[in-house]
Amino acid sequence: MSGVRVLVGTRKGGFVLTSDGKRDKWEVSGPHFAGWEIYHMKGSPVDPDRIYASQSSGWFGQVMQRSNDGGKTWEPVGNKFAYEGDAGTHQWYDGTPHPWEFKRVWHLEPSLTDPDTVLAGVEDAALFKSTDGGQNWTELAGLRKHGTGPKWQPGAGGMCLHTVIQDPTDAQRIYIAISAAGAFRTDDGGQTWKPINKGLRSQYIPDPNAEVGHCVHHIAMHKSRPGTLFMQKHWDVMRSDDAGDNWTEVSGNLPTDFGFAIDVHAHEPETIYVAPIKSDQEHFPLDGALRVYRSKSGGHEWEPLTKGLPQKDCYVNVLRDAMAVDSLDKCGIYFGTTGGQVYASADAGDSWAPIVRDLPAVLSVEVQTLS
Amino acid sequence: MSVIRVELPQHLRTLSGAGREVTLEVQGVVSIKSALDALEARYPTLKGTIRDYGTLQRRAFLRFFVCEEDWSHQPAEKPLPEAVASGKEPLLVIGAIAGGC
Repeated sequence: MSGVRVLVGTRKGGFVLTSDGKRDKWEVSGPHFAGWEIYHMKGSPVDPDRIYASQSSGWFGQVMQRSNDGGKTWEPVGNKFAYEGDAGTHQWYDGTPHPWEFKRVWHLEPSLTDPDTVLAGVEDAALFKSTDGGQNWTELAGLRKHGTGPKWQPGAGGMCLHTVIQDPTDAQRIYIAISAAGAFRTDDGGQTWKPINKGLRSQYIPDPNAEVGHCVHHIAMHKSRPGTLFMQKHWDVMRSDDAGDNWTEVSGNLPTDFGFAIDVHAHEPETIYVAPIKSDQEHFPLDGALRVYRSKSGGHEWEPLTKGLPQKDCYVNVLRDAMAVDSLDKCGIYFGTTGGQVYASADAGDSWAPIVRDLPAVLSVEVQTLS
Repeated sequence: MSVIRVELPQHLRTLSGAGREVTLEVQGVVSIKSALDALEARYPTLKGTIRDYGTLQRRAFLRFFVCEEDWSHQPAEKPLPEAVASGKEPLLVIGAIAGGC
């Protein structure tokens, strides 16, 4: 029988939530790595029992974990992330040069074809790759050494590479996003990269239309349309239909287009979801009402999804990697909050219920659909 | 060869599977560096968690205490007191007492 496994990274550990295909009764396992920040956990698409986890701490730095049994047991793997050559400098918050320093792994993206190959997006922004199950990591330095690197600047959460998307039809094409540098694409497996930020407009930077410097919060893609990307920028929800070469705004009737999370329905490539947040100064839902917004037209026209979500006195945030979908029929949508709730919808967002409501602040949510 | 004792903070005990106190054999001069070299050789998962991989600098939120004295800012290769080298007193690796979030 089919089922789902939800991988939840929090400020104080990782949790694994499992259910059968009905998705109404859940088992909760955890905390794994209790007391540590788990920025992200993600399973291999070709071997769902292979899961990678990023474990970090202000005291003890970065640890990488790997499971071969679906998250029941874990083993530490390699945690050496060394920038290639002289790391150089990027811009600090005040515009002065600041040395590139490794801080943590924000996002793990296992290969679409090999369970031992995995990409890691890190802070300070860089992309690393392992081909031996996480034991050894090598920087894909062409990204950081892209000519604009010295102009990159951290967002409030640090200069993090938080989004990694692999094109399922072209193994050489990868998209990444950095706060606050913007989006980039490689068409040669990571050797060379180009900024793909044309059409983004950020009024809070000196040149609102600059080649880099945009605070991209997250990007999502449907596997059947790898050239179509949806972006939640700092402000603005954007869309590209040419692999990021050009972007247009599709915020439409959203009550606020600030936010972090964005995702695409598993079976409907024009149905997308965002979790609007009031503003960059007030990171909580507008009017204290937690609402996911759904567009069935690829943007512009949005409907609020409220059934089962708190509609008053709710002041949580939904972080950039904290929304995911399963591929059951109907498509399940999941998101976690900084208040420790993980909400699930088994009907594509029409109604919601909390799986758990008292976890530590949720940093990330990933979903595995199990057969 | 010296047999020394090292005490670890809770999270590193959990990570490495070591107990509260680890007994280690150290060749040559017993120093913070040689003690940590021996510790990481026994428990490779601790590499990078006490000191930086590249620079070998102590992580900012950790301190080293020896015989009730703070050795955090002493040169890493400075010989530790005989009481530590003989195993009478442990080298303490202590995490900062900081609440955080």
